[in-house]
Amino acid sequence: MSDALTLANVHKRFGETPIIRGVDLAVAPGERHAIIGPNGAGKSTLFNLISGRYTPSEGEISLHGKRISGLAPHQINRRGLSRSFQITNLFQNMTVFENLRCSLLWAQGYKYSFWHLVGRQAALNEAAEQWLERLGLSARRDVPASLLTYAEQRTLEIGTTIAGGADVILLDEPTAGMGLAERDHTMAMISEVTQGKTLLMVEHDMGVVFELADRISVLVYGQVIASDTPEAIRANAAVQEAYLGEAH
Amino acid sequence: MSHSQSSRTALLWHIGVWALFALVIVVLPYIFTSSSSISMMSQMGVFIIFALSYNMLLGQAGMLSFGHAVYFGLGGFFTLHAIRAVNDEVWQFPLELMPLIGGAGGLAFGILFGSISTRRAGVTFAMITLGIGSMVESSANMFTDFFGGESGISGNRVTDVTLFGFSYGPSIQVYYLIGAWTVIAAVAMYLLTKTPLGRISNAVRDNPERAQFVGYNTTIARFIQFSLSGFFAGIAGGLFAIMFEIMTAPNVGLVQSGAVLLMTFIGGVGLFFGPIIGAVLVTYMHTALSGFSEGWILYFGLMFVFMVMYAPGGIAGVIYAHAAPWRAGLFRRLLPGYLLALIPALLAIAGLVAVVEMGYQLSLAYDPSSPIELFYMQINATSVVSWLVALLVLAAGIGGVLGAARVVRARWAEVNRSMQAPGAKT
Repeated sequence: MSDALTLANVHKRFGETPIIRGVDLAVAPGERHAIIGPNGAGKSTLFNLISGRYTPSEGEISLHGKRISGLAPHQINRRGLSRSFQITNLFQNMTVFENLRCSLLWAQGYKYSFWHLVGRQAALNEAAEQWLERLGLSARRDVPASLLTYAEQRTLEIGTTIAGGADVILLDEPTAGMGLAERDHTMAMISEVTQGKTLLMVEHDMGVVFELADRISVLVYGQVIASDTPEAIRANAAVQEAYLGEAH
Repeated sequence: MSHSQSSRTALLWHIGVWALFALVIVVLPYIFTSSSSISMMSQMGVFIIFALSYNMLLGQAGMLSFGHAVYFGLGGFFTLHAIRAVNDEVWQFPLELMPLIGGAGGLAFGILFGSISTRRAGVTFAMITLGIGSMVESSANMFTDFFGGESGISGNRVTDVTLFGFSYGPSIQVYYLIGAWTVIAAVAMYLLTKTPLGRISNAVRDNPERAQFVGYNTTIARFIQFSLSGFFAGIAGGLFAIMFEIMTAPNVGLVQSGAVLLMTFIGGVGLFFGPIIGAVLVTYMHTALSGFSEGWILYFGLMFVFMVMYAPGGIAGVIYAHAAPWRAGLFRRLLPGYLLALIPALLAIAGLVAVVEMGYQLSLAYDPSSPIELFYMQINATSVVSWLVALLVLAAGIGGVLGAARVVRARWAEVNRSMQAPGAKT
C-alpha cells in the first residue's frame, strides 16, 4: 500500500533564497505525524507547498501515490487533502453554521449549482448540524464567525478543515496562542475528529507533539534532519543539539 | 421549537414579505396618479432590477465593477432590435417576454466579458471592467448598424403581438409590466442567494483562499455569478428599452455604470434589500430634485460622500443596526438623541441649500440680483446679509449636530451595554 503523503527531494526557492532544501518525507495512512523545528526552519512554507499555495521549485509531492505538486489548491482539496491555517482563516461574515455548511458543499456534490436551495437540502443541513454538535459549537450556531472567541474560532477553523471529508489533514499550529485548559480541550477534540485520518501537523508546543504524534520529523534550515518516533527523537543527539537543546 | 417548524415559519414570513412588495407595486399608481409619477415609478422598477443585479457582484461576491451598464445597455439594444423586427413584421414575439431577449443578450456578453474579467479579483478586476466599459461605449460609434450612431435606435413598443391583450401604449400598462418583472427578477435574485452558488459567492467574497481549500475554484464561482448578474442587468435594460423606446450609446457607458454603483452603495450592499432602497431613492432624487434645482448633482454627491464616511453600510445598514435594539425593546432610548439631532440637522441642510442655491444664482442666472424663492422667502443672492445669514444658519446647524452627536453616541453606548449585560434578551 502506498503512503498517504510523500515528498521526494522537494525544494523551494524565493528568488535566489532557498527556503526548503531537499525534503524527503513519507506519511503512512492513518499516521499522526508532527513537524517540529526552530522559527524560520520552513515549516509553514512546507505546508504551503503540500497544500498547493506554492509550487515546488524542484521535486515531487504525491497524495496516495499520485502527483499533486503543480495542482491548484482546490484540485488538491478535491483529491482528499485539507488544511487549517496558523492565522484563523474563516468566512468572517457568515455564521458558524454557514461556515460548516459551505465546507460541506463541494464534498456533497453541489458544485456551483444555482438550482438547489441550500435550506431545503436535508442531508446537507443534517451533516452541518452534526458537525456543530461534534465541535461543541451548537450554542453559537447563528453567531457570525468574526464575533466568536479566539478558542471558538480555532475550533471552527479545524471543523471547516475536516468537515469536507478529506482523509489527509494538515494542521498548522492548531493550539497556537491558547491557554493550558483550552489547549487540552482542543487536542482532545482534534484526536476525536481525526480518528482514522492521516494527520500532519506543525506544532510548537512540545507537550502536544509528544502526546499526540506517532512520528516526528525535525525540520532545520529547510531540511529534515531526523524523522522517527517521539522516544527516538527525544534521544537523538543531533536533534538535541540543533533544536531541543536551544530551549534549555 | 423544532428546525422544520422554524423553517416553515421562515418560509411563510418570506412569502409574506414578497407578497407585500408585490402589493405595494400594485397599489402605488392608485396613490400617485400623475403621469410623471407613473413614469418615475416605472424607472424605479427598472433600476431596482439593475441595482440588485449589480449587488450580485459587489455585495454578494465582492466584485467592484465599473462597467455594469454594458450588460444593461446591450440588453436594451437587443430588446429594441427585437421589437423593431416585430414592428417590421419579420418576427413574432410577445412584448411581455421581450425583457428575456435583453436578459439573453446580457448573459451572452456577461459570459464573453466575464470569462476575461473574472480571472482576476480585486483592483485588477475593477480595472478590467473599467476597460471593457469604455471599450464598449466607444465601439458604439463604430458599429452604427447596431447602436444607431449619435441618435441611437428607436422602436415602437405597441407591436400588437402580446400575451395578455394589452397594447402597452398607455404608460400605466408599461408600469405594471415593469412591476411584474421587478417582482419576478427580485424574487429570482433573492432565491439565488440561497443556492450553493450564492453561498460560495459569499465565501469567495469573505475569504477566497479558504473557499479554495474547501474545494472551490474561485474563478469559476465568480464567473458564473458574473454571467447571471449580466442576465438580470439585461432584463433591466430590456424594460428600460420598452419604457423609453429609444437606446443611445450613453446607456452602455461609464456614467450609467457609475450611477448603478452609487445607487447600490447608498442603498447598502450588505443586505439584499439595500439596493432596492437605493434605486428608489436615487431615481426619486434624479427625477424630482432635478426639477427643483440645478444643484441636485452636488447635493447627490454630498450625500454620497456623507454615506461613505458615516454609514458605509448604506441606508439598509443603518436600518439593520437598529434591529437589535428594537428587538431588545431599547429603541426608544435612542430616540431622544435623534430628535435632538434632527432640528440642527434641518438647520444645517437649510443653510447649505441656501449657500448652494445662491452660488448657482450668482454664477448662472441672467440677472443675479433677481430674488430666488427659497423656504417660502425671497432671497437676494447679491446681498451680503443673505450670505451672512445663510452661513450663520449653516454653522449653527453643524455645531448643533456635533453637540447632538455626543448625546447619540452616549445613548448608543448605554444601549449596547444593556444588550450585552448578562440575562439581556437579544
